Amino acid sequence: MNKAQGIAVSNGIAIGPCWIYRPAVVKTERCPIQDPAGEIERLEKALTQAKQQLHALYERALASVGATEAAIFEAHQLFLDDPEFIGTIQTAIQDECINAEAAVAEISETFASQMLALEDEYFQARAQDIRDVSRRVLYCLNGISPDQLQPQSPVVILAEELTPSDTMQFDRQVILGLCTQRGGPTSHTAILARSLAVPAAVSVPFDLSNLCDGSVVVLDGSTGILICEPDDNELVAARQKQEAWNNTWRSQLSAASQSAQTRDGRTVEIVANIGGVIDARQAIDFGAEGVGLLRTEFLYLDYGRLPSEEEQVAIYREILQVMGSRPVVVRTLDIGGDKPVDYLDLRPETNPFLGWRAIRMMRDHPDVLFAQMRALLRATSPESDLRVMAPMVSCVDEVRQARQLFDEAKASLRQENRLATEKIQFGIMVEVPSAALISEHLAEYVDFFSIGTNDLTQYTLAVDRTNERVAYLASSFHPAVLRLIARTIEKAHEKGRWVGLCGEMAGDPLATPLLLGLGLDEFSMAPSSIPVVKELIRKLDVKECQEVAKLALAQPGTVAVRDLLENWLSRLA
Amino acid sequence: MQSIDITVTHPVGLHARPAADFVKLAAKFPCEIKICNLTAAGKTVNAKSILSVMTLGVQKDHVVHIETNGEREDEALQALKDLIESDFGEGAG
Repeated sequence: MNKAQGIAVSNGIAIGPCWIYRPAVVKTERCPIQDPAGEIERLEKALTQAKQQLHALYERALASVGATEAAIFEAHQLFLDDPEFIGTIQTAIQDECINAEAAVAEISETFASQMLALEDEYFQARAQDIRDVSRRVLYCLNGISPDQLQPQSPVVILAEELTPSDTMQFDRQVILGLCTQRGGPTSHTAILARSLAVPAAVSVPFDLSNLCDGSVVVLDGSTGILICEPDDNELVAARQKQEAWNNTWRSQLSAASQSAQTRDGRTVEIVANIGGVIDARQAIDFGAEGVGLLRTEFLYLDYGRLPSEEEQVAIYREILQVMGSRPVVVRTLDIGGDKPVDYLDLRPETNPFLGWRAIRMMRDHPDVLFAQMRALLRATSPESDLRVMAPMVSCVDEVRQARQLFDEAKASLRQENRLATEKIQFGIMVEVPSAALISEHLAEYVDFFSIGTNDLTQYTLAVDRTNERVAYLASSFHPAVLRLIARTIEKAHEKGRWVGLCGEMAGDPLATPLLLGLGLDEFSMAPSSIPVVKELIRKLDVKECQEVAKLALAQPGTVAVRDLLENWLSRLA
Repeated sequence: MQSIDITVTHPVGLHARPAADFVKLAAKFPCEIKICNLTAAGKTVNAKSILSVMTLGVQKDHVVHIETNGEREDEALQALKDLIESDFGEGAG
């Protein structure tokens, strides 16, 4: 098999020689030394050099990916100034007459394992930091410079895994693409690749033993497929796709900053799904007119404890500032038994997606939601256009209670003179079929709906999203899902509320005419999908879309709907 | 020797940036500086060591005991106290 499928994290196609990143191996076995003082001097020199490297990396990261990612390198520098850490290494060299390499490796591992023992995500990450910084010192001790670990000409970089230092070290000019065996869509590799607009895929199960530096590979960052040593046909196909992609990308990107208006003059809002401030900046580059879904779970998972109101304010404020007067829809905490969190009293459940999660936690912990709403409201400035949204609503009582908490949070801040703007909307996610079916009642309490098609599909079709054996059933194009979407939009519009959609479907061009025909007001998608969808919308006519949407709703199944839309779109082209 | 018991009111406690600021300030003084988390009743560690300070697990509203011993010990204690009381230069809200 010369093909491997992973997770696509950054669009584009890279064709070229591969370069396998192999961290250099430094011997760290103990060997006796004669001159401990000389050995300590060797260590000092290496430490100075390592600190200089880290300072340069920090500056580079600050300029290219922002302060949040850059902070890692500042922390690494501080580790090298730590008197306990460095002092213990020096003592080992002095007292045991061992080589600096052995001392650095052993003491680093001791400190790392102390961190690992604390069983908290925060400390697990710090343990990785200690290992990363220790490797840097070992390289300096052996005269291995980071430049030696750099490809000299443009290549597709393949690696088992990349640390933040590894990833930052590469010169943008020589990276055609990035592909790793490990890592997830939120790993440093993924974040960096997106911010540099380099094609990338992670979790790709390629076989390193079949490859050597210089072997030609094709990496498709939009499908996550890596082809090693492609045959002529594969190569020609890849080149065509690359050229087509590059051409459309260039024209789409230049047109993306314009609004999306149909041929017959209807303008819809095209916004982005984001998870943090880095994504926010990127979203604007891709032409997002705002944020349609800001997930906030990371706040609760990263800290390993309840984030305080102050901490939340700081993070929300950073994002709201980046977005200026653009709308920002923030989803309140959406977490459940699939991610057990002790301090929230979240335990493993048999059916976490049907269990005690998201807005359902409000009954037992109204304070958590209240603090989050206060933090969000406090983060606004007079120009902000904040829209707060509650997830997983299934009945009227939940919306009424959430709305009440929202109004109370607002009132409390008004009283404290801390409310920068009154113009803040409240809405809910429509992702449970019951909510779609009683949307006319729910609409009484909200300013807007946002349809979460990923969950709506899972709940409507009784398909566990995480179960691969039934994955073939999970399609948002199933007419049952479409009817719920159509109904939600219709009832909301009757009450004068606007409706957005923030599932994967919003960024799928196949769904664009359908959703436009159903009357959707706002499309929220991954930033990189925005240029494509905007370009398509400009070619469409609402009346024609309404007709195809009507036909789609009348189809018997998913395949029929997809065929209909594919045919319709191909005629358009 | 000088010492003080003080409550850390910064939202993230002595982690991330506050921990870094605390350690950097401590390192500016020649005297020996030790810190212990009274709320968690743990070990006493070198306040100039970022790795040690982090492992104390000091969170918001924890009380820490700080001890300075040697040259400029009064000045060091006052500076660290000011830093914690100012919420590490951020102020409240």
